[in-house]
Amino acid sequence: MRGFSQLLDGLVYTRSRNGKLGLIATYLRDAPDPDRGWALAALTGSLDLKTVKSSAISEMIRARTDPILYEMSRDYVGDLAETVALLWPKRTDQPAELDDGSLSLSAIIDRLHNVSRAAAPDALAHMMDHLDSSGRFALLKLATGGLRVGISARLAKTAFAQAFDLDVDDVEQVWHALSPPYAALFDWAEGRAGRPDPEGTPYFRPFMLAHPLEADSVDLTDYAAEWKWDGIRIQIVGTGRETRLYSRAGDDISGSFPEIAAAFTGQAVLDGELLVKGEFQGGEAASFNALQQRLGRKAVTTKMMEDYPAFVRLYDMLIEGEDDIRALPWHQRRTRLEALAPTLDPHRFDLSQVIEAADFAALANIRAGARDAAIEGVMLKRRDSPYVAGRKAALWYKWKRDPLTADCVMMYAQRGHGKRSSFYSDYTFGCWTPEGELLPVGKAYSGFTDEELKWLDRFVRQNTVNRFGPVREVEKTLVLEVAFDSIHDSKRHKSGLAMRFPRIARIRKDKPAHEADMIEGLRKLVV
Amino acid sequence: MAHWIEPQPTGIYVRPADAWIDPSLPQERALVTHGHADHARGGHGHVWATRETLAIMGLRYGTASGTAVDYGEDVRLGGVTIRYVPAGHVLGSAQIILDHAGERVVVTGDYKRRPDPTCLPFEPVPCDIFVTEATFGLPVFRHPDTGSEMDRLLAALHANPDRCVLVGAYALGKAQRVIAELRGRGHHDAIYIHGALERMCALYQDFGVELGALRPATGVPAKEMRGHIILSPPSALNDRWSRRLPDPITAMASGWMRVRQRARQKNVELPLVISDHADWDELTDTIREVAPNETWITHGREEALLHWCMTHQIRARALALVGREDEDEG
Repeated sequence: MRGFSQLLDGLVYTRSRNGKLGLIATYLRDAPDPDRGWALAALTGSLDLKTVKSSAISEMIRARTDPILYEMSRDYVGDLAETVALLWPKRTDQPAELDDGSLSLSAIIDRLHNVSRAAAPDALAHMMDHLDSSGRFALLKLATGGLRVGISARLAKTAFAQAFDLDVDDVEQVWHALSPPYAALFDWAEGRAGRPDPEGTPYFRPFMLAHPLEADSVDLTDYAAEWKWDGIRIQIVGTGRETRLYSRAGDDISGSFPEIAAAFTGQAVLDGELLVKGEFQGGEAASFNALQQRLGRKAVTTKMMEDYPAFVRLYDMLIEGEDDIRALPWHQRRTRLEALAPTLDPHRFDLSQVIEAADFAALANIRAGARDAAIEGVMLKRRDSPYVAGRKAALWYKWKRDPLTADCVMMYAQRGHGKRSSFYSDYTFGCWTPEGELLPVGKAYSGFTDEELKWLDRFVRQNTVNRFGPVREVEKTLVLEVAFDSIHDSKRHKSGLAMRFPRIARIRKDKPAHEADMIEGLRKLVV
Repeated sequence: MAHWIEPQPTGIYVRPADAWIDPSLPQERALVTHGHADHARGGHGHVWATRETLAIMGLRYGTASGTAVDYGEDVRLGGVTIRYVPAGHVLGSAQIILDHAGERVVVTGDYKRRPDPTCLPFEPVPCDIFVTEATFGLPVFRHPDTGSEMDRLLAALHANPDRCVLVGAYALGKAQRVIAELRGRGHHDAIYIHGALERMCALYQDFGVELGALRPATGVPAKEMRGHIILSPPSALNDRWSRRLPDPITAMASGWMRVRQRARQKNVELPLVISDHADWDELTDTIREVAPNETWITHGREEALLHWCMTHQIRARALALVGREDEDEG
């Protein structure tokens, strides 16, 4: 267990993605079988254990320590698993911090698999006695279901690929043909066996991506135009027996949108944008804000599904039946998609329409006039483009709506992470009320050059008026021109507004703070 | 009538001696347990402290007029016999033992029970009233073995020859202890130190603590510090100063590092649970060992220790002293 618990600790403290990848890869190379397979299952969220309720864990600790000291400790530490892990009284003949090595990760998983719910607390307690505080923490996290160390399934798979010099998409393809502790996967990775056969399993295919449009125009006889929808990119993979949904990063998000997965029973791989229907849009696609309510949830309630009904706006098809059509030109795939779309559940699927425009100038006009909350811009797709993984030059372009901008006043600054941890690089900025008060409207941590960052950092340090932990309040004198994609109603800020993708466009050293924008003006931009 | 020894928000007043223990305001007569700023302030009229503590105060506040007291030596002050006994906290740290009217009071200042190569070990003294600290007075605080923490530090250093490990450590005590522990484990490479540590390290060396080769981390090309350990005060860990270092792994040596969220808040990648304070087990074992009639708890998480005393039928009270506890100091 010590190897695994040290890995989790390392992941908790390591901020950089590469650092995390390195830690996981090293563990996967060095740890024994089948421990490393179980660890991979835990990191990818594929471990299906009957979970022990947190109430059972608090009961367990109350029975072993003074309940008042436990309450005080819990108040101080916050996290239940960590409190119990730190507080656990070991037998008096044993030092508190000793993993006696008698329990491997696989032995623990085995025990948790086979124990009845009633016997779980005793079994857990017995195991706790043999572990150090990191081990106890890892055990409690496993038992309560959810490591929460900021690792996506895709990142863990990427680390696996890195450990054994494989291509992550190859790993992804075989993934769903396998189950924990993934003996066949490690056999393949270490050259003891061939590649597992993914046929018949709903595996992820890498997405085709677009470049930003930089040319002044393109010829619409070569390129078709579609709206660029402001949702999340989703891949629907149906085998006829099972359907899975994948995010842009290749994470399985079927659990967050069960109504979509259930509505597709065919055999195909489809590409589209996941959106929710907004009541204010008369049943049309709602803003990204509404969709956010549904993201990142492992389980979803009926109420969530009713309040924020999800649907997919389809724009491409990769595989139809047994037919891999990725090599076909876009217009042929589109014809087949147009034939398929009407056969699907109309509540859950519709077709992203092609924009008809006489020429590029006409398209530019249409784009300029679009005020739909769910539209982020225009996509331009070469009519003869095959569906290829990644970003290939000259095939697909995204032509985002011009950003909106506002002149805001810097109010607070916070230090960044990793390489930026010594810089005040995250800025909260506000606009004016008619009464002359500044209210925060957003927070940005990008858009500036390294030189500008140094300047901003110095400004923050020289103009601090107050400190709240890691946050500094600054003199309200610096105007920042903030660019953002759209702005929405929000309960998060006192101003009642929230910007989508705000970034610092320019530092307006020339502009006095009182000439920055009013909240009222921003509210007019809400869609 | 008030007791002859009286806790007040600004320190502990010893009435017959008309003297204060670790007063937070300037006083005519001050008995100082050790050199940390929350115990030793400047501006007192006359200070009684160990030779080492006086030297530390001299370094921090300029010349302080004071009487150097040897460990174990008896000092008479207004009918009170005062003795300084090692507390095991930092160089020169002492418990103050006060005998008056047939009653003995022990004021621990800060203390720990773990071995520390830079100072004498804590000596338990049975007494009537035991005035203890409670910085880590919660049962979640059980410091692991120092050796295993040092092993983790050296392992991180050796696994990353192209980087450096930057260890945040309090300038008085922790920094020198970490260095001495490294030397004790056969690490004899030059250790680079932040300017704020230089004079205190020199003072330790003057008192005979072996710290080996120390070099200033300022004015040195980053390349030269690759594969080395660098020490700085905790406040410099994420500050501009650390930008000059070659891709540092940020470590911090403190008892607070036992709690994950604490370490994360400080952007620490390598938390080292090394403390100069007694942990929960040491606090409770020490109270049992000195077996006082009454325990007074000065600062820290006093509620939990108070509760523990109650449940073990030990008379106890929490004192509300102001200005104590600098969290960097754990």
